[in-house]
Amino acid sequence: MSSFESMLIAASFMGGLGLLLAIVLAYANRRLFVFEDPRIDEVDEMLPHSNCGACGTPGCRPFAEKLIDGSVTPGQCTVNSSEMNIAIADFLGVDVGNIEKQVARLACAGGSHVAYTRASYEGLKTCRAAALVSGGGKGCTWACLGLGDCEVSCDFDAIHLNKFGLPIVDVDKCTACGDCVEVCPKSLFSLEPVSRRLWVACKSLDNADEAEADCDVTCNACGRCAADAPEGLITIKNNLAVVDYDKNDLSSRVAIERCPTGAIVWLDEVNGPVKGVGAKKVIRREPLPRG
Amino acid sequence: MMGLFQSLFTKTFAHGIHPPTSKGQTHQLPIRRMPFSDLITVPLSQHFGAPSKPLVHKGQEVVRGEPIAEADGFMSVPMHAPVTGVVVGVELTPTAKGPKTEAIIIKTHPSASQKVMYGSEYDWQNANAEDLIHEIQNTGMVGLGGAGFPSHVKMQVPEDHQIDTLVINGCECEPYLTTDHRLMLEMTDSLLLGIRIALKICGAKKAIIGIEDNKMDAVAAIRERLDKSDPISVGVVKTKYPQGSEKLLITALLGREVPSGGLPFQVGVVVNNVATLAQLGELIPERQGLIERVVTIAGPGVAKPGNYMVPLGTPLRFALEHAGYFGDASRLVLGGPMMGNTAASLDVPITKPVSGILVLEPTESNSEQQKIYPCIHCSHCLEACPVNLNPSQLGRLAAKREYEVMASQYHLNDCFECGSCSYVCPSNIPLVQYFRIAKSVNRERSS
Repeated sequence: MSSFESMLIAASFMGGLGLLLAIVLAYANRRLFVFEDPRIDEVDEMLPHSNCGACGTPGCRPFAEKLIDGSVTPGQCTVNSSEMNIAIADFLGVDVGNIEKQVARLACAGGSHVAYTRASYEGLKTCRAAALVSGGGKGCTWACLGLGDCEVSCDFDAIHLNKFGLPIVDVDKCTACGDCVEVCPKSLFSLEPVSRRLWVACKSLDNADEAEADCDVTCNACGRCAADAPEGLITIKNNLAVVDYDKNDLSSRVAIERCPTGAIVWLDEVNGPVKGVGAKKVIRREPLPRG
Repeated sequence: MMGLFQSLFTKTFAHGIHPPTSKGQTHQLPIRRMPFSDLITVPLSQHFGAPSKPLVHKGQEVVRGEPIAEADGFMSVPMHAPVTGVVVGVELTPTAKGPKTEAIIIKTHPSASQKVMYGSEYDWQNANAEDLIHEIQNTGMVGLGGAGFPSHVKMQVPEDHQIDTLVINGCECEPYLTTDHRLMLEMTDSLLLGIRIALKICGAKKAIIGIEDNKMDAVAAIRERLDKSDPISVGVVKTKYPQGSEKLLITALLGREVPSGGLPFQVGVVVNNVATLAQLGELIPERQGLIERVVTIAGPGVAKPGNYMVPLGTPLRFALEHAGYFGDASRLVLGGPMMGNTAASLDVPITKPVSGILVLEPTESNSEQQKIYPCIHCSHCLEACPVNLNPSQLGRLAAKREYEVMASQYHLNDCFECGSCSYVCPSNIPLVQYFRIAKSVNRERSS
């Protein structure tokens, strides 16, 4: 057998095999074809691909699929810009679904300059680990521990600890994905619509004197905010002022003005949290000593 | 030579560690009574299960031993007044675990005799098991070894299981602690009476008291009181940590293995601590409630270490001052140094499960010894883990926050946080701390 012949046999064998497999593949492609709406890919392209889960689906692609079948509205994606959501709505010919922007709010204002630390914690520098060791050493057992689990968990760079160890949420960057809500061992974060301006930045259930012994900006349950606010908007429950957001339309700055500690604040769109005129001024700028 | 020979045949479990026992400070000191502090704080949740419901109100006078809170269901226990005094209020107070919980605060009457007035004679020998379990719940007894699990629940064995052996845990493998050792020497008769009551409830044929071989005087004291036909016997086990874990003690004494995630009754055993049974032996025949317990106060930070009979609810500050605490910033541990809780405040009260208060030297933070190095895969932790887990692998998963994988594939929930892995790790990896975090996150996610 000449070398040409053996090459020919090999080539035709391989070619034949290739052809056979191609036919099998072509048949399988026809037979096993699953129709997928081409719009899913296009909508998926317009989504942010952060896979944060804030919309309630496991990621952006499942959200795109749900958008096509109409069980969700584009506005439910809190990460996308509103222009992009309008573009998706136009593309699909559906309503944007006006979902109000939500942000993570911290129900504590006890930075290291106003809240006492009773014991110094040594060990893994995470809030979760500290909370497991006798509550973390802060005087107020409800207080923020200031080790920044939330800062680490935030995928959008929206949370940063200030110099007093208190996490500050960047309202523009926050997408309300809920990661900080889940990670905080003291459950201090919650997702709130931005229209909720009246905010109690405290979770302490201690009574007046004991609460104030641990923290300068605690809610001491004096009840002045409840008295000044429209009927039923604010109530004192278990030594803590609680705002009934069903009556959010009635809320105004009047309620915060007489708060002696500044625990209840008005979340101003431009100036951030504003304390009332009656709140004691904290001029301390360094951490409190342990004790 | 004889010692070596003996140690080859002493029963034990596989793996484990040998930390310095550090018991020399207190193991020869007899139990002394601690005076009553001015204020007594009785938290309503000192046990595993539903918090008790208070029966008293502000301003009410209470007599020592009087019930002041009732059990809220079967998985709960009542509380009794540790002092004669007046109720100041029911308030939120700090606890060693961290979150504040409700507690009954009693101001002690300085001139009262502090005699236990409550109680009546009880003929336990002619009572049936059901009544006895009810009586045990009425004493407010919980596992005094540290877990705080209600004792009557532990003794209530499901009907489809037969108990053949009662195991009594007198190992006290935690360093520093000597309460069980002293109890076995000083309250031997109460202990044996408590064991006989427990035998009657469980219907077991025999009882074995497991004692580590560094407490041979306790072994001798108990054996002296037993004759050959007695169903109670003493089993000497090797001094090794964590020998006092109930499942490992069963393995050491009986060669039975409690299945993963299971409970001792599945292998026909009920385990109780010596302190629990010694107290029951005193309380049941008198129908009284648990109002005091033995606590070891030790460590380099106290001038008068010892074993103290402390009224429950005594503030840590008072107990430490009584033991000659220098007042320096130190490390306070409630329980043993291996598994105990650090206390962040001196205002927390001594509760039912607290077996020791240790004042240890503060470690220098950021020192070379504190630095965490990467895992070098030396497998020391595998050889130390008494429940045959792979702490190294679990630690790597924890660093990646794969907490659910740790539980589902690497048996995280079998870890009882003895800390042997962290103890032996040459790289200082805080393995057991990682596992506590993982378990806490998993608990939160599943609830």
